[in-house]
Amino acid sequence: MTIISKLAIAASLATALTSVSIAQENLSGLVVGFSQIGSESGWRAAETSVTKQQAEALGIDLKFADAQQKQENQIKAIRGFIAQGVDAILVAPVVATGWDDVLTEAKEAEIPVILLDRGVDAPEDLYLTSVASDQVKEGRVAGEWLVAEVGDADCKIVELQGTVGSTPAINRKQGFEEAIAGHANLTIVRSQTGDFTRAKGKEVMEGFIKAENGGADICAVYAHNDDMAVGAIQAIKDAGLKPGTDIKVVSIDAVPDIFAAMVAGEANATVELTPNMAGPAFEALSAYLADGTEPEKFIITESKLYTPADNPQGEYDTRKGLGY
Amino acid sequence: MKRLHLERLANPQLLALVAVLLINWALFPNFFRISWQDGRLFGSFIDVLNRGAPVAILAIGMTGVIATKGVDLSVGAIMAVCGAVAATMVVAGYPTPIAVVAALAVGIACGLWNGFLVAILDIQPIVATLVLMVAGRGIAQLITEGSIVTFNEPSLIFIGTGSFLGFPMAAVIALVLMILVTLLVRRTAIGLFIQAIGVNRAAASLAGIHSRMLLVLVYALSGFCAAIAGIIVAADIRGADANNSGLWLELDAILAVVIGGTSLLGGKFSIPLAVVGALIIQAMNTGILVSGFRPEFNLIVKAGMIILILMLQSPLVGNAAGFFKRDTRQAGSK
Repeated sequence: MTIISKLAIAASLATALTSVSIAQENLSGLVVGFSQIGSESGWRAAETSVTKQQAEALGIDLKFADAQQKQENQIKAIRGFIAQGVDAILVAPVVATGWDDVLTEAKEAEIPVILLDRGVDAPEDLYLTSVASDQVKEGRVAGEWLVAEVGDADCKIVELQGTVGSTPAINRKQGFEEAIAGHANLTIVRSQTGDFTRAKGKEVMEGFIKAENGGADICAVYAHNDDMAVGAIQAIKDAGLKPGTDIKVVSIDAVPDIFAAMVAGEANATVELTPNMAGPAFEALSAYLADGTEPEKFIITESKLYTPADNPQGEYDTRKGLGY
Repeated sequence: MKRLHLERLANPQLLALVAVLLINWALFPNFFRISWQDGRLFGSFIDVLNRGAPVAILAIGMTGVIATKGVDLSVGAIMAVCGAVAATMVVAGYPTPIAVVAALAVGIACGLWNGFLVAILDIQPIVATLVLMVAGRGIAQLITEGSIVTFNEPSLIFIGTGSFLGFPMAAVIALVLMILVTLLVRRTAIGLFIQAIGVNRAAASLAGIHSRMLLVLVYALSGFCAAIAGIIVAADIRGADANNSGLWLELDAILAVVIGGTSLLGGKFSIPLAVVGALIIQAMNTGILVSGFRPEFNLIVKAGMIILILMLQSPLVGNAAGFFKRDTRQAGSK
């Protein structure tokens, strides 16, 4: 790729991901504290870098604090932000409980708090709004795609679940099952956990292929995240089958590597879990600071479906630099 | 003499492995069906060998450490570090052999660090290796900069997914390593020295054994084994996943060693039986996958089987069996 086309992509990325409406000019010069959970996954790293990009584009002075998976660090960071007298606080809470005290302190200091990506068990008046994805909907979008894709043909589906008992695994399973319910030609024949990892996704898929007549009986694999799908794709190839053709691959998250697989024709669809939680958060903050508009308590981000028709090479290039 | 040989073959570990494999076969009739595909063997039983290899390799190193009354909690994290080193180096354009040697060297260095803490500074092994267990994953994340470093270098991928005479490369590596290390400890006095340190380090030192140097060596070997496992796991998925590579595998490795009959209190040990232990664990994992249990039952099934296997090895059960034997003998003599 030439430098010029790279620059063009970078520029289009900047406009696409950080489209700043004129209405948000009032945020320029503000100081916003951001308490992030950590960097346990590529998605989390991407959320951090998108948030920083958004803030920079809006002229916000973003104070970033990495909690390294510990609530006590987050509470410390938030108290620090309050002491510094920031104009607003963004928090991606690591756990749901134990926030009442520190959120009350922020409220008393009249600093609006916006929750990103996860919710908390605290009175709703303690925070301005929360921005999160609807995980059930993500599963439903994936299921609806498969229903439309196979039409009336019979389709035996194998499912790679996330970590047993985790909220995304429960919700993404539920949404997918809702979407295929009422379509008797689609059945989930096997379902096991791949712990959201590539290695386990590959191992579990190997087992499924052996168990289902060398993979000949499997029509599609639904993975609760892209990483497991990437592992499953390798297992399908090792078994001498063509992923994307012999076995359809649908998953959730939209990380760069699934777009690379789409370019190679090995993945069929992914549902985006957008790393851009900060965009809607800053929009809500801007409206609130301008004329006191109370935003909705729960802002739901879009769960966009991507297929090979959506320029996977371009998506790969734009996302690769986000730290996934 | 002949009888002793038979008894060794009929040890509880091999019986347990056969039992688990037979249960798998009962649950999934095609379990032992092996076909030839793309120049390699293909089947569930081959999966057991292939997927069991990383834990088996960890268990080879872990056996030596546990025999000295120690434990190495850092092997999972060392896997992540070494996988990250190998992956980032091939991505940066270094040839595979150099990347592999560098990753192995890093693994040995991690092991030497553990050995230094345990043997020279006399820190308790569980605490000393906890340091790298926690810090190692952070180091791996620093190397990969938080993302999964993917690569397409065929020679490195071969280590994880290639085959030798039809058998998966990972299993071949584990077998060769097992034979080499077993020969090393059994054909020389090293095995006896390790046992002596495990039974009583002070007495072993007084008897003239260089216990410090040997301790450093067993931890270095454990680090080396972890490095091999880390390279295999990264090569298998064509990427270094610093967050998840080798996660909790130190516990599987310790379990494999314990199933293999080596006491956590040190002393007598067996490397081949630890490898059998690793295969038992993997046979259960693969069995669960092909049998179609709901994932909620995975851990319960595993726990139940392991409790059963460990109970078979318990001295109390052995005594009870002996008691009944004596009973019948007495009855017969009357």
